[in-house]
Amino acid sequence: MRIGLVCPYTWEVPGGVREHVSGLAEALIDMGHEVSVIAPADDDVVVPPYVVPAGRAVPVPYNGSVARLSFGFVSASRVRRWLKDGDFDVLHVHEPAAPSLSLLACWVADGPIVATLHAAMPRSRALHAAQPILASALEKISGRIAVAEAARNTLVEHLGGDAVLIPNGVHVRRYEKAEPLPGFPGTGGTLGFLGRMDEPRKGLDILLAAFAMMAPERPDLRLLIAGRGDPDEVLDQVPRPLRDRVVLLGQVSDADRIRMLHSVDVFCAPNTGGESFGYVLVEAMASSAPIVASDLEAFRQVLRGGEAGELFETGNAAALAAAAARLLDDPARRATLAAAASVAVREFDWSVVARDVVRVYQAVAPAAGRVAVAL
Amino acid sequence: MTPLIFVIVIVVVAMMGVYVSWRAGRLDRLHARLEAARFALDAALVRRSSTALELASSGLLDPATSVLLAEAAHDARSPQSGRELAESDLTRALRAVFSQPDFRALLAGREGAEELLSELESASHQVFLARKFYNDAVAATQAARQRWLARLFRLAGRAPYPEFFEIDDSLVPAGAAGRSGADLPHLTGLL
Repeated sequence: MRIGLVCPYTWEVPGGVREHVSGLAEALIDMGHEVSVIAPADDDVVVPPYVVPAGRAVPVPYNGSVARLSFGFVSASRVRRWLKDGDFDVLHVHEPAAPSLSLLACWVADGPIVATLHAAMPRSRALHAAQPILASALEKISGRIAVAEAARNTLVEHLGGDAVLIPNGVHVRRYEKAEPLPGFPGTGGTLGFLGRMDEPRKGLDILLAAFAMMAPERPDLRLLIAGRGDPDEVLDQVPRPLRDRVVLLGQVSDADRIRMLHSVDVFCAPNTGGESFGYVLVEAMASSAPIVASDLEAFRQVLRGGEAGELFETGNAAALAAAAARLLDDPARRATLAAAASVAVREFDWSVVARDVVRVYQAVAPAAGRVAVAL
Repeated sequence: MTPLIFVIVIVVVAMMGVYVSWRAGRLDRLHARLEAARFALDAALVRRSSTALELASSGLLDPATSVLLAEAAHDARSPQSGRELAESDLTRALRAVFSQPDFRALLAGREGAEELLSELESASHQVFLARKFYNDAVAATQAARQRWLARLFRLAGRAPYPEFFEIDDSLVPAGAAGRSGADLPHLTGLL
């Protein structure tokens, strides 16, 4: 099949949706499909051969954080040209309600359109106000996919209609083996965190509080953190004597990300919400890291109700500290969790997920003709 | 009537005309989507019943299971009393066949079994997906047709009023879904 994928967020900055689109594109190419991805990216940025840059993205506040999006008539005409050149059997847009390329693609295209919904959004008045505008573009979508129950609920609440639940994918094999970072995990125990440090919903402050509770009794315990954000702001939250036991890696490469996951004794996901799937959890599972995660609905599902990782009361630093301490003291339990995680994660491998996505294409495409440019 | 009022009336009427024709265009597109979805659903149902029939006549199953499955598949292709009922019965028959103890273990390694089972799994997924997308299109079309504008100007023309297609199409019994809530349970391969 000739498949056109639309990524609404900029290609230069790693993020859940962008990772999803590149993972899906590569899995589809492996299956023998012809794939083209359009994404916001500067023309001079190096992108994989299957990506068509749609121009610079503008950072704007959206859905509670700052997103880099492409909008306007210039972007729309780039999408139109891409659709004409691509002559696709199916158009697959991601996060169609985000004010970016995906919405524009729905606007200018006709024919078989599939959409994947990623984020959970609280009921917002603004979205309600834009509903009629969104509706005329979104009602063209013939098949909708949600990556998690929370994203599906967002759809049902805001826009009506239903979606098929197909979870996010990872390239499991890439995560299975990696050299830990030098000096890690060490003998005194290492806790790990992966995600943006300046995004409150990622819950780093909860983990820092938990670390401050645990550290006095465990003189060699360390905290390994990878992700974007201001290191000084993070260290300010840590009591002065503990600061040299908090290791900040900053934003890391994909390879170091995997090495980091292999460098920890317990991986912590203290997120407080806004997470519809929990990509970091699946990455940690694929790396066979023992996990302690917030008891969010999405996390509970991914971790099979606690079978593949411990859950603690969301937002409760003491509960996190207790759960992490229990795991640090019980290597057998850690091994059991890691083994369960590496089995549970197999169903999230891209080879499995992409096959399900192709079934959606097949359910939509043959009857609706080819993708055409409407405007 | 002063010329100004005349002009205003013309402009208002023209704008209303544009709006109504835009609405009509949207409704037309919804009907096209509905028709495509219906076509896909029919194709998926036919594929599933013929694959079930193929499995029933493959000689891989015991005679009792074969007859059970063949009857259900045949009924689905030429339903006596309502298509939705017959298709639901086929789903239940398939579920009963698949949930026999050690069903997959007993078939493992038999010539052609893996291909037929994965074909049946894929066909069942296709039914699930096509039905969901069809009902989605029905809901959107119904909502658009119920608007007063659509009713006043009869924007839907003579297109029949769409009805939902309600069947039991889940491959696994409710509550027994394997992976984290995914809608497409895998029967073959994996684990």
